[in-house]
Amino acid sequence: MVGIVLVSHSPRIAEGTLDLVRQMVGDKVPIEIAAGTSDGRLGTDAAAVEKKIRKVHRGDGVLIMVDLGSAVLSAEFAIENLEEPLRSATAIADAPFVEGTVAAAVEASFGKSLAEVRAAAEGVKAYSKLG
Amino acid sequence: MAVDSVKLIDIIKVIADKITENKEYLTQLDSAIGDADHGINMSKGFRTVVEKISDMSEKDCGTILKTVGMTLVSTVGGASGPLYGTAFMRAGQAVAGKHQLDFNDLISVMEAALEGIKYRGKAEKGEKTIVDALEPAVETLKLCREEGLETALREAVEAARRGMEYTKEIVARKGRASYLGERSLGHQDPGATSCYIILEAMATQLLDDKKS
Repeated sequence: MVGIVLVSHSPRIAEGTLDLVRQMVGDKVPIEIAAGTSDGRLGTDAAAVEKKIRKVHRGDGVLIMVDLGSAVLSAEFAIENLEEPLRSATAIADAPFVEGTVAAAVEASFGKSLAEVRAAAEGVKAYSKLG
Repeated sequence: MAVDSVKLIDIIKVIADKITENKEYLTQLDSAIGDADHGINMSKGFRTVVEKISDMSEKDCGTILKTVGMTLVSTVGGASGPLYGTAFMRAGQAVAGKHQLDFNDLISVMEAALEGIKYRGKAEKGEKTIVDALEPAVETLKLCREEGLETALREAVEAARRGMEYTKEIVARKGRASYLGERSLGHQDPGATSCYIILEAMATQLLDDKKS
C-alpha cells in the first residue's frame, strides 16, 4: 500500500487533516506527519520528512502532501537524500493540502499504485466546491 | 588567501554572530512581505550550526561546509533552510576532502552555492530572492579574479549590496511575498539581505586574515 507523509508548517493543520482522513479510511493507510520545527516553531524540517518517508514506506511508494513554500523545498531536499529504489518511489503531489490528502488516502486505501494515488490528489484541483 | 578548517570555523561563527545581531532587522523586513520569521529562523539555524561545528577543526573544509548545510536544513524551519542548506552542501561538495582553501577554491565554493540555491528555489535573478544578492556577487568575484582577492572581495560585496537594494524595486515572484504581488514593491527582500550579511561577514574575515 502507498504511504503518505503530510508536510505542513503547522502540526495542527497536519493533525486536523489526518483526523479528517482517519474518519474515512481508518488505520488502513500508513500516514505520518512531518510538521513544525523540533523546537515548536511553525516551519518544516527536511530531516524529519526523510524519517517519515522511511517510516510509511511499505514497498509500494510514498506520496508527500505539502502546504506552503518551504514544505515543497524540504520535501524535495528529503527525496534527494533517499537512496534508490525508494527515491524513485517517492513523489510530491501538486495539490491542495486538505482535499488532496483526503483524495489520496481514499485511493491508497483501495491498494492503488503511487501514480494513481498521486493523480487522485492532483485531480481535486479540477473539482468545483460550488458544483 | 589560505583558509584552513580552524579559520573556516571562525568565519562561520562570525557569520552566525552577524545573523544574530541582525535578527530583529531581518524579521522586521520579513514581517512587511512574508511570515515575519526570517531573522528568528536564521538565528536559530546558525546558533545550532556553531554548536555542531565548534569541535570539527580536525575535519576537512568540505565536511564542515556540508555539516553547516545539513544543520540549516533541519533547524531553520522556513524556505531559507533548504535554500541555504543546499548552498552550503553544494559548496562542501565543491571542496570535498580539502584541508586548505585558496582563492580558486573560494570561487568554486561560491559558484556551487549559487547553483545550489538556484536549483533548490527554481529561481532566477529579478524575482526578489537571495539570488538577487548572490548572483551579482559571484559574477563579480569571477570577473575580478585577476585583480586579486582583496579587490575581488570588496567588489563582490558591493555587488551583493546593490543587488539587495535592487530588490526594493522589483515584485516578488517566489515564496510567501509572491502572494502580495505588486504590493511587495518598495520592500527589501529579507533573503537577499541575509545573503548580503553572510557575504559581508565572510569577506571581512578573509580580508582581516590577509592583513595579519
